[in-house]
Amino acid sequence: MQVKVDYVPEWHDVCAESDLVPNSGVCALIEEQQIALFAVKLEGEQKVFAISNWDPIGKANVMYRGILGSVKGDPVVASPLYKEHYSLTSGQCVEREDASVMVFDIKLENGRVWVAV
Amino acid sequence: MTGSTSQLRIVVVGNGMVGHHFVEQMVQQSVACDITVLSSEGRLAYDRVHLSSYFTGSSAEDLALTTEQTYQDWGVNFVTNAMVSNIDREGKTVSANGVTYPYDVLVLATGSYPFVPPIPGNDQDHCLVYRTIEDLEAIESSARQSKVGVVVGGGLLGLEAANALKQAGLETHVVEFAPQLMAVQLDPAGGDLLRGKIEDLGVQVHTQKATQSIEAGESCRYRMVFADGTFLETDLILFSAGIRPSDALARQHELAVGERGGIVVDNHCVTSDPSIYAIGECALWENRIFGLVAPGYTMARVAATTISGGDLAFTGADMSTKLKLMGVEVGSIGDAHGRTPGALAFTYHNQAKGIYKKLVVDAAQKKVIGAVLVGDTSDYDTLLQYSLNDIALPEYPESLILPSAGEAPSLGADALPDTATICSCHNVAKIDIVGAIDAGCCSLGDVKSSTKASTGCGGCAALLKNVVDRELEKRGVEVSKALCEHFNHTRQELYHIVKVEGIRSFDELLEGHGEGLGCDICKPVVGSILASVWNDYVLDPKHLPLQDTNDTYLGNMQKDGTYSIVPRIAGGEITPQKLIVLGQVAEKYNLYTKITGGQRIDLFGARVDQLPDIWQELVDAGFETGHAYAKAVRTVKSCVGSTWCRYGVQDSVGKAIDIENRYKGLRAPHKLKFAVSGCTRECAEAQSKDIGVIATENGWNLYVCGNGGMKPRHADLFATDLDSETLIRYIDRILMFYVKTADRLQRTSVWMDNLEGGLEYLKSVVIDDALGLGAELEAQMQHVVDAYQCEWKTTLESEQSRKRFRQFVNTQGTDSNIQFVTEREQIRPATEAEKRSGEARIPVEIV
Repeated sequence: MQVKVDYVPEWHDVCAESDLVPNSGVCALIEEQQIALFAVKLEGEQKVFAISNWDPIGKANVMYRGILGSVKGDPVVASPLYKEHYSLTSGQCVEREDASVMVFDIKLENGRVWVAV
Repeated sequence: MTGSTSQLRIVVVGNGMVGHHFVEQMVQQSVACDITVLSSEGRLAYDRVHLSSYFTGSSAEDLALTTEQTYQDWGVNFVTNAMVSNIDREGKTVSANGVTYPYDVLVLATGSYPFVPPIPGNDQDHCLVYRTIEDLEAIESSARQSKVGVVVGGGLLGLEAANALKQAGLETHVVEFAPQLMAVQLDPAGGDLLRGKIEDLGVQVHTQKATQSIEAGESCRYRMVFADGTFLETDLILFSAGIRPSDALARQHELAVGERGGIVVDNHCVTSDPSIYAIGECALWENRIFGLVAPGYTMARVAATTISGGDLAFTGADMSTKLKLMGVEVGSIGDAHGRTPGALAFTYHNQAKGIYKKLVVDAAQKKVIGAVLVGDTSDYDTLLQYSLNDIALPEYPESLILPSAGEAPSLGADALPDTATICSCHNVAKIDIVGAIDAGCCSLGDVKSSTKASTGCGGCAALLKNVVDRELEKRGVEVSKALCEHFNHTRQELYHIVKVEGIRSFDELLEGHGEGLGCDICKPVVGSILASVWNDYVLDPKHLPLQDTNDTYLGNMQKDGTYSIVPRIAGGEITPQKLIVLGQVAEKYNLYTKITGGQRIDLFGARVDQLPDIWQELVDAGFETGHAYAKAVRTVKSCVGSTWCRYGVQDSVGKAIDIENRYKGLRAPHKLKFAVSGCTRECAEAQSKDIGVIATENGWNLYVCGNGGMKPRHADLFATDLDSETLIRYIDRILMFYVKTADRLQRTSVWMDNLEGGLEYLKSVVIDDALGLGAELEAQMQHVVDAYQCEWKTTLESEQSRKRFRQFVNTQGTDSNIQFVTEREQIRPATEAEKRSGEARIPVEIV
């Protein structure tokens, strides 16, 4: 019999919305984890995304310094080291099936940025 | 002895360059092993290739390839001054200095020893050889008591040794048995020219001289008596008459050796005893000894891989060489003597300039099989490519060596053979790309995902695109000229749109002419176009998201996420005070320092959060950004010029500084490098640059569209004897025309080759103003020059901009994954293994 333990992420108040840079990234340290936060203008609306800052191929904490864009409509960030694209919605690497980054829930509330870790 | 039985015990005899390379390779393999190095010398491995630099100030430490500390860190046992007395092949042990070392694998890297001809009197005090640092010390001490020195042997090493004697201040002679110098690599005509050049430098050359005896001299210490009855008096004799493999141990213990020496090895560097390997100059492969370091390194890799269970074979080595002997350029490729049956030769001999070139082709005149170059080796790289890849010769093969008086044939995608390596990171050949397209890939992106080509360093991106486009075109696929999925335009079209519509931001352009969010292809392109057209501050909030990380953080990102810093050192000229500042800053922030090819100093290992503080100190000391991070004008390299140099005819440093200050920071489709040489000797290597300027008695010669890098190309002569004003006007026009019309990541060379009419067309646009664009191009350049600002200075002035350099938006602190270890007394990024084992340390900031 398997015992399933559900890990329930906790919401953290990370920073002010104004700390985010439009169409670019910043990095936050939450529970000893480096998390890249992005603000993207999608169809006229400001959307925020949070993924792990660790580049699984380049093996360095650099994802927040990548260029944002879209591949076939899906918002992506390009690793600044070797330029692989990662989906901001699923964390999947576009070029390599075996690579992905963790994706975290993120929300804006009263001018603050909250991330679930 | 140390080491548990579960580990593979490896004993390496010899710690020369190759023996050391083997240790390095073995340490990197994932096999648990216990390595013991037995070195007969008193010190660990050092650079023998650059031995002569010992006489120009390099110390033994400078020449060292490793340190005892490094070997200790690697867990490698080593014994110096070890004299191996016995190998017990049955019991698998080696004895040295009375200690017995058991082995599972024994590697012989005993190298070679200098051959001293059996001449009576060759064993006297001041009869020396040239191989080890101890030899150099002996030469140095002998030279102090001598006025005249003779080198016996006019080969490559002999001439190196002659240079060393000359550096030591002796009247220097070279005595050679053959009728010419460097008889192995050069033909008689090449050897003659080299002789003339070397004699011009004050070294006296005596060919066809067989030394019979060395007797007491009258005016000097010794008298060398030659077979033809003549003699030469000298105080010091240096033998450099070739090498012999050090195979005594192998002979003694009955390993197979060649008739003329050398330990016989197979393709895996295994000797006749399967537990014993031999690598480097002591090894005999297919009856050949390889007396160069590169094949030795290959053997070291082959042995390390084989021992670790991998599959790698030694397949011989190309012995082509290119070098500078006492400042004289010499190159030799393949069958330099044309000994292949039916071989045909083309020669070019310019006595006035002291240049000799010979091209050897096969009987069918289909391919290059050899070449000799003396006085000018700029064609070496191209000829070597032709020879190694069997590339089909152009219609007029002589055009490969003639001075470019028009169009020099360049290698296009179709000219590359199927086996040509396109991406060296992932070892993808042209045929793999063709295969991927045949298997259904129909875009550059598909080919990249399928073959991994251009996903390593990315240096081959432009070449890959060329090959893919060409292959798709051949199959009738219409190649989209679209930049990416977001813009259905080329870079040139976007440039015009931005200019004509006065567009000032990416969003504006995307809204009017594109779709989606953009990407890492189109954003930097548009950023570069906006910067070239308007020259706004690149970190303006509306441009910021367009920039590559290097442009965003104004530094060059390295593999561990840290940045390197390159302040501008215009023309390579720097005051002692500023050098001290660089040293102090590097020391304070514990940065790794290295001299760049562009005559600047690169400081590595700065964390993103340290960049503003470091730059504050640099800016305060008067430095400005070097734009090393940008697709922009980088450096203007210069030689010292007429101010100091005996040969210079113009002030090349002053000119380089003026040019660098004019164009610094100009954003372009690709990085740009310039150089200015003060005379035709061309010490600044201006002919390998996008813009090359060479001084003449009457002004300046302008060369354009050369480059080094992955696919080197010689610059073309554009105009001669220009005055300073015309020179700048032409450069203004050429650069602006390039910035406006070139494709993304297109170098100046490819750009010009793709212009219909090439060089002649460019001349008509720039010199004859055929398009009537001259004044406009100059005005645009002047606008860019006037709008220049040091991006770091501007960044530091704004609190908002400085905030960008925080590592974390929500807390102080730094990236704990950035860790360093010490190597050669400086930091380097820790490997994953070192991080895991806790050997690495986190940099400590000194406050």
